[in-house]
Amino acid sequence: MDENLVDLIVTSSPHIRDKAKVSLIMRGVLIALMPATIAGLYFFGVGHTLGVIIVSILSAVVAEYLSCLIFRTKATVYDLSAAVTGLLLALTLPPSSPYWMVAVGAFVAIILGKWIFGGIGSNPFNPALVGRAFLMISWPTYMTIWVKPFTQSVFPPTSAITTATPLNIIKLKGFSELLTMFDGSRLIMYKSLFLGNVAGSIGETSALLLLIGGIVLIAKKIIDWRIPAGFIGTVFILSAVFNRDPIFSILSGGLFLGAFFMATDYSSSPITVKGRLWYGISLGVLTVIFRQFGASPEGIMFSILIMNCFVPFFDKMLPRVYGHLALKRRTSI
Amino acid sequence: MKEFTFKTGGVYPEENKMTKDSPFVPLTPPAIAVIPLSQHIGAPNTPIIKVGDRVKIGQVIGSANAFVSAPVHATISGEVVAMELRPFPLGTKVQSVIIKNDFKEEWVGDLKGIKSLESSSKEDLIKNIRDKGIVGMGGATFPTAVKLSPPKDKVIDVVIANGAECEPYLTTDYRVMMEYSEKIINGLLIEMKITEAKHGIIAIETNKKDAVLLLEENVKKRRIDNIEVILVKTKYPQGGEKQLIKAVLGKEVPVGELPLEVGAIVQNVGTLKAVSEAVFEGKPLIERGVTVSGSAIKRPGNYTIRIGTTVTDIIQQTGGLTKKLRKLIFGGPMMGIAQSTLEVPVTKGTSGILFFGEEVLEMAPQDEMPCIRCSRCVDWCPIGLMPLLIDHAWRREDIKLTETLNATDCIECGVCSYVCPSKRHLTENVRNAKQKILKQRKIEAAKKAAFEKIKALKEKKAQEAEEKLGEGEKVNG
Repeated sequence: MDENLVDLIVTSSPHIRDKAKVSLIMRGVLIALMPATIAGLYFFGVGHTLGVIIVSILSAVVAEYLSCLIFRTKATVYDLSAAVTGLLLALTLPPSSPYWMVAVGAFVAIILGKWIFGGIGSNPFNPALVGRAFLMISWPTYMTIWVKPFTQSVFPPTSAITTATPLNIIKLKGFSELLTMFDGSRLIMYKSLFLGNVAGSIGETSALLLLIGGIVLIAKKIIDWRIPAGFIGTVFILSAVFNRDPIFSILSGGLFLGAFFMATDYSSSPITVKGRLWYGISLGVLTVIFRQFGASPEGIMFSILIMNCFVPFFDKMLPRVYGHLALKRRTSI
Repeated sequence: MKEFTFKTGGVYPEENKMTKDSPFVPLTPPAIAVIPLSQHIGAPNTPIIKVGDRVKIGQVIGSANAFVSAPVHATISGEVVAMELRPFPLGTKVQSVIIKNDFKEEWVGDLKGIKSLESSSKEDLIKNIRDKGIVGMGGATFPTAVKLSPPKDKVIDVVIANGAECEPYLTTDYRVMMEYSEKIINGLLIEMKITEAKHGIIAIETNKKDAVLLLEENVKKRRIDNIEVILVKTKYPQGGEKQLIKAVLGKEVPVGELPLEVGAIVQNVGTLKAVSEAVFEGKPLIERGVTVSGSAIKRPGNYTIRIGTTVTDIIQQTGGLTKKLRKLIFGGPMMGIAQSTLEVPVTKGTSGILFFGEEVLEMAPQDEMPCIRCSRCVDWCPIGLMPLLIDHAWRREDIKLTETLNATDCIECGVCSYVCPSKRHLTENVRNAKQKILKQRKIEAAKKAAFEKIKALKEKKAQEAEEKLGEGEKVNG
């Protein structure tokens, strides 16, 4: 036999691998976020809003690159995870956010939210929400200026007509007051909320488009349905219990963005199937409590950040192993 | 028709069954056969021939008195030219008999089988299966006669013929089903008689519907009413014994137990064919069907190959290589074993030989990325393990934790590594952890046994001394 034709290498099985790659998964998330992103641009004007998104993504990617240099690890910019964090952060910000603040938020998200814990896969908190929480605490005024849809001019952002978000209005004035803004019709209100024709963060207003993106991610098996289903389902049921309009509750605020894209962040969510369902339910409970009793009208961000702390607990909800007839109590994990 | 399947986990890798329509073609027996003396799980065989002996086809060349064993037969006629350690598909070296072919194709005698199943006793049937060296041909190589001799108190309800063949690339079982459906049913009937099982089930994946129809027709034609052909979902590892039992019977084999604990015996369809040939034709296991496939071989196909034929021979007889051979795999791409030399022979457990070029190296990159906790390995593990946690624990050398995480339950199907987007070597590390735990348990058991022995010895001595003292007292008194 021709010796040159044979050069055998020996590795462990399996000898074939799925095409799945981290970058492909992240690309999937970016694609799934596109409808909501485009909706944000449509409602709040292409100019400044697009600037916020671009600044956020670019800053996140630069921060990721610098972190790789500082922490002396292989460049992980190409896995697109920083881009996802950047886009997610942008979608949670008010459309009129100043660029410098967006950049600070993205840097905080990547460096404080991700790299000080060891980079991709090691962050206990959702990086984008860490960034947002930082901005919320540091510059609360900028973070609570909400733009009425179709009023923001290209430049400068101040020319926009500011207003309150639906949840804000409920908090301050009550549900009946909110309803008058929609000609007193619940149906018109639902429709506006569902399509996104209300004030809010860039990417959170259109429940429909977020839902489409979320369903794509579930269908592609990138995220597990249990987290969003547990989250949204619990908010729906508990809101009814607290005598809040359940449909309004699930369509308003950042629930869909949080449930499909934030709570499902791999690093900061549970790895077990059962754990994910209970995690989703806990998020729902916490969100309703925040909305009902909290100081701010929204509760998604802090619900997720708080529940992130409990993920190690949910990780202990191990599946039953084949052939083990009774689920053994495991103590030392 | 209802599709059966196991519920948790499992993947659907690209099938690549390009040899599906290639019927078995016999390869010319090799000029030199390298026949490993032990080709089964269990006690090793001892040679019963010497260098210089002339052997004929079907002559026993290695046997053992142990219960868990199966004899090895000469697969060609000729002269024994050497007996030495030679490469074995498991990556080890095994004592092998090297026979130089005289190409006379002389058999050791007329093959004789039984006349009818009704007139034969269970013992006769088992003896035939044992003497003819039949072992599990799906790859596990467990001696079939042993599998068919369960402890007296165990009742076997059902014998399941495993025609799932879920490994990509492999089509051996499929071809056996298409070409030897009669023999598969015969084999199943034999095993049902031996085990007194009331039912027989032939389980076939949905991607082999023509095999289902063919076997169904055969069963109907012969008016056998206690054998059922069923469809199982095309999903890897559907053909795993534990998964198949879960799919077909809805039962789980308890940890550390055999399928007979749930009243079942699972047999690969190729094994059933061999059982039928051993019993009805008296034919020992000297050759088997092998799928030869992969991108680097000129003529992929299914070949009937004598046991002991080396890869070098197979390459030559199938027209050579098409490109630089970088990976040679015995078995399927998911669970098969990569080889380091072309001198490995086909054994009783060789279901496929795959030849791959450079492209397969891309499929298993060496560069691992950090775990992103996507939990795909958890979601797709058919056993319900947490591969990523076991992997983390193994890397931290926390063996205790890997044990708590049930690493020993791993069936090494390769799904976790297959689905990992960070291309981490999960299966490899879980397997390592499993082996380390088993080794430690063995050492521990040995230690305990030694300790008990010493304790018993000490007690005996103390007792003897006491007795002596007593006697002394008597004398003194």
